[in-house]
Amino acid sequence: MKRAILAALGLATSLAVPAAAEGIKVGLLLPFSGVYASLGNEIETGFNLGLEQFGAETGVTFEVVREDTEVKPPVALGKAKKLILQDQVDVMVGIVSSGVLGAVRDMVHGASVPLIVANAGNDEATGASCSPFITRMSFSNGQINRPMGTWMAEKGIKKVFTLAPDYAAGRQMIDAFTETFTAAGGEIVGQEFTPFQKTQDFGPYLAQAKASGADAVYVFYAGGEAISFVKQYDSFGLKAELPLYGSGFLTSPLYVNAQGEAAEGVITALHYAPTIDSEANGVFVAAFTEETGRAPSEFAVQGYDAARALIEATKTGANDRASLANALRQVSFDGPRGKLAIDPATNNIIQPVYVYETVAGEGGLTQKILAQLPAEADPVNGCEMAPVSN
Amino acid sequence: MAHDLGFWTLQALNALQLSMLLFLLSIGLTVIFGLMHFVNLAHGSLYALGAYFAASLAAVGGYWMGLFLAPVAVAGVGILLYSGLIKRMRKSGPMAQVLVTFGLIFVLLDLTRIFWGDLALAIEVPALLDGRLAFLGVEYPTYRVFIIALGLAIFGALAFVLGRTQIGAMIRAGVDNDAMAACLGINVERLFFIVFCVGCALAGLAGAVAAPLLSVTPDMGLQILIPTLIVIVIGGLGSLKGAIAGSLIYGFVQTFGAVLAPQLASVLIYALLAAVLVIKPVGLFPAKG
Repeated sequence: MKRAILAALGLATSLAVPAAAEGIKVGLLLPFSGVYASLGNEIETGFNLGLEQFGAETGVTFEVVREDTEVKPPVALGKAKKLILQDQVDVMVGIVSSGVLGAVRDMVHGASVPLIVANAGNDEATGASCSPFITRMSFSNGQINRPMGTWMAEKGIKKVFTLAPDYAAGRQMIDAFTETFTAAGGEIVGQEFTPFQKTQDFGPYLAQAKASGADAVYVFYAGGEAISFVKQYDSFGLKAELPLYGSGFLTSPLYVNAQGEAAEGVITALHYAPTIDSEANGVFVAAFTEETGRAPSEFAVQGYDAARALIEATKTGANDRASLANALRQVSFDGPRGKLAIDPATNNIIQPVYVYETVAGEGGLTQKILAQLPAEADPVNGCEMAPVSN
Repeated sequence: MAHDLGFWTLQALNALQLSMLLFLLSIGLTVIFGLMHFVNLAHGSLYALGAYFAASLAAVGGYWMGLFLAPVAVAGVGILLYSGLIKRMRKSGPMAQVLVTFGLIFVLLDLTRIFWGDLALAIEVPALLDGRLAFLGVEYPTYRVFIIALGLAIFGALAFVLGRTQIGAMIRAGVDNDAMAACLGINVERLFFIVFCVGCALAGLAGAVAAPLLSVTPDMGLQILIPTLIVIVIGGLGSLKGAIAGSLIYGFVQTFGAVLAPQLASVLIYALLAAVLVIKPVGLFPAKG
């Protein structure tokens, strides 16, 4: 008798659990302090806007638990464990730094929890160390620089001097550019990697670029380094004789106004610019501007699209870790960035890349789009994983 | 790569400019330490505060107002820190002082984040200092020339005050032997208070001067702290000569290291630091022989 009651009780609770699990628990793992705090806030704002905008399209509700990675790999790993084991989240979203992604990768993979990467661009994450549980809605370092090499060579630029901070992302960005630029007949006349986050004065490197005999300079810098670099480049008067090109983080809308006039005329390539002329982007820019009073950056759109991808996945009926991971690998939609899809071979996003020039506009600097380069899937790069199951 | 003379002139100017910026920071820190054996690790945070004050003031009243008032504002913060915290810490050991000022770094860091946000701010260079000057066969940004000139002017002024005036003699006496100086009727406490405020103002000035060149971000104070400490360790604690020598060594090693041995650029200065510590642990020009 007692056993029967227990069995009935067990049955009742096991039936009750899926009924109560209409809500999906999302762990938002972003830096809210430390050097990338502004990126974390930007992604979170985009993510919340995405949930607001598209939440009605799906039957499920979302409960968001936010945790601060402090941009420290050990801290982030602890927070990821907490989200997975204690909060029992169904899916995680976030990760700004590639170092942090590297630290949580095995944990996420081992626990079979889907993770939507909303920034970290390390090529390896969707290459040799890819995982069926990790899908990337942001970009890969190679992806945004590869088309730029061909494009610049086509524009008749023959000799280029490159500069980037000396760490994995800097090298991956410059290597991808170098590869396509030299394949298209260009020549790299000089290449320097500056000590990462220890370089405040770029003067020594700028003098070298000037002396190298290059037609143009191609760089990758982000955040505070990008602001210092662009201002110093202009102060040496190099912009007129040696046009500045780069990956678009150099003149991100997030901090281009801190660069001011110095950023005018700089031509860069990125997966997003707030001036993309499309209906989806119009809706996003309007919503974001209303919320914050300024134009969204690429980081905001990554958060926004991560939310959208999650909603698209739940629309297929996915409601737990395994089914969400599987559904996320097949997501595709038209967003502010244009047509997006996840490449099931690597779980990296396939998206167009925009070449834009920073120009003076009404009320500050704006982005003039010069070209939209077609979307290309990244090379598989040693990624081996089980195909998507249906 | 073969480079012409102009290239090396340009690099020498770059090195000089970096040296002067570091000099403004290290002189305050080193004299404060020399006078009262107090390590103020939050000195870098005062530099960041200077940059933020300058950015806010420049937005209201233009660049010059930022440049002149930011040091005053930072000195004000220095007075608050002194009377609220540092005065009480005078008698506690160096370990407690280091811990308190280290904690202060994070407090000030988060305060700047709360007041000014995480996004970088910017200051426009005034029209007078915009553009480039042509001399010695090279074109060099006017603003950087201004930094070099300002650094040299401050060095000259400090050398005069410390070497030729009565208050300078009192400070030197205090650095040399504060107990003896007190016995001779010098109010060492008040002297220290003045030096502390001037040191803070100079850190604020360095921040205000650096702001248009770099970006104003909350962590700029942390980034500059290590180079500043290296400068005073190489130069020797407590002396003007040590601060200027350390700054010049740092500036030139860093700049020419980046050009001649880029792979070693970030290691070179630490190697030099280690060498100085092994050969002459007190630094090159310590205040106390």
